[in-house]
Amino acid sequence: MADSAWVPRLASAVPSATNTPRHSAVVRVTHWITTLCFFALLVSGIEIVISHPRFYWGETGNVLTPSLFDLPIPASRSAVKTGYGFVLPDQNGWSRYLHFQAAWAAVLTGLLYAVSGLFTGHFQKNLLPAGADLSWRALSSVIANHLRFKPPGEGEAWSYNVLQRLTYLAVIFVLFPLVIWTGLAMSPAIASAFPAAVTVFGGQQSARTIHFFVSVFLVLFLLVHIVMVCLTGFRNRMRAMITGRAGAHKEHA
Amino acid sequence: MSNLSRRKLITTGLTATAGASGLAAAARLADRYGLIPPDHGSIYGAGETLTYASQRLLTRHSLAREFPRSQISKPPFANGRPPKDEDFKRLQARGFADWRLTVDGMVARPASFSLGELRSYPSRSQITHLACEEGWSFIAEWTGVPLSHVLNIVGALPQARYVVYFSIQRRWWDSVDMADALHPQTLVTYGMNGGELPVGHGGPLRLRVPRQLGYKNVKYVTRLTVTDSLKEFGKGLGSAAPEGGYAWYAGI
Repeated sequence: MADSAWVPRLASAVPSATNTPRHSAVVRVTHWITTLCFFALLVSGIEIVISHPRFYWGETGNVLTPSLFDLPIPASRSAVKTGYGFVLPDQNGWSRYLHFQAAWAAVLTGLLYAVSGLFTGHFQKNLLPAGADLSWRALSSVIANHLRFKPPGEGEAWSYNVLQRLTYLAVIFVLFPLVIWTGLAMSPAIASAFPAAVTVFGGQQSARTIHFFVSVFLVLFLLVHIVMVCLTGFRNRMRAMITGRAGAHKEHA
Repeated sequence: MSNLSRRKLITTGLTATAGASGLAAAARLADRYGLIPPDHGSIYGAGETLTYASQRLLTRHSLAREFPRSQISKPPFANGRPPKDEDFKRLQARGFADWRLTVDGMVARPASFSLGELRSYPSRSQITHLACEEGWSFIAEWTGVPLSHVLNIVGALPQARYVVYFSIQRRWWDSVDMADALHPQTLVTYGMNGGELPVGHGGPLRLRVPRQLGYKNVKYVTRLTVTDSLKEFGKGLGSAAPEGGYAWYAGI
């Protein structure tokens, strides 16, 4: 039997649902806490932006100075002339409280995730792409599969492909640190203690503008993330991230 | 099996007790070192306490950034409207000659200062950033007498923990801890960009706390009270800001 040596190898490569979880408990718990924090930060962040939907570059900016760009939305403060004939209700108080509380929860959760990821080898095992996968040939074939909406193979229920790995790495190690840093750079107290953290961006208004764009990128990531979860089998992906068990059957996406 | 679950129960109980008493001890310690903000009681208390405590530990003595004269914003944006109260208009009509700043509370020598007296004390000028919680900002040169100098004149008592400051506009009052009250850049401000402080920017007298957001920089200040507790002021949350839904500590 030519297959006899082959089948058990496959069985061990795809662990049975009862033994190894698809996602470790730390990954699952931190994922959902981060989800909660992200929505709190997004809602409160939108509320805060509405009070002054103008963006600037450099250290300062106000309604008497030219803006870099204006969001075409009404404002919650009368000082900003938006062209709309009305002023939205001011919700900055609880929005700011919630924004900073959720930011603390997100940062502490992120620290837990990062430290545990370093110790358990999560980043190396699950997120760092294999060298071979980074060749143009390999990358273009994965991109082509995505563009043709080709459903993922059996193995992908247990592992991330190279595009997922690169995207998650960029979100975890570039976008999240940058959004935290630019957020802190807007603080007058932090700016007093660590001025270089502000001047590296060109000023506090530049930090605010970058904070806005990084948030936009994070929202774009979230939209693609949700669409991909739906396309590749919502129930199985959700079960894997909630209970840790990946689907035993091949998914029909 | 029952042994195992009993052991588990005891361990869990011990861990929970240790955790709770550890947390209580940490809270007592944090309170003693002034790391708990007066508005810590709401559902956002955890976030506020973490922000305030960590910034007090990291930035207690840090100096707000000062800028070259070339970076002064022209013209500076004045937010809000001047007070409409009769009291203010009467004082304004006489060029604020009768404006007084009274200082009371936990001080050895309660006193009341005219603008002329405040101007006669050693002054400090600094070109700093003023950022509003809405998102806009400007840079101006501010001139005044350091609050620490005023507190020295009246002899603030050692048990003082906060300085509460009141505007002639009754709904505006706020407070800072001693780290900010004694900070060299915290100014009882009467000048701006080389001239008198314009009414639109809080003239004749504004408290400038450059390491905190704009709303901590109360305009039209008439009274300072030194205290060891904020419980007796308003709703006991430290300032008018938390009563309106905003954080007491605005160093963000």
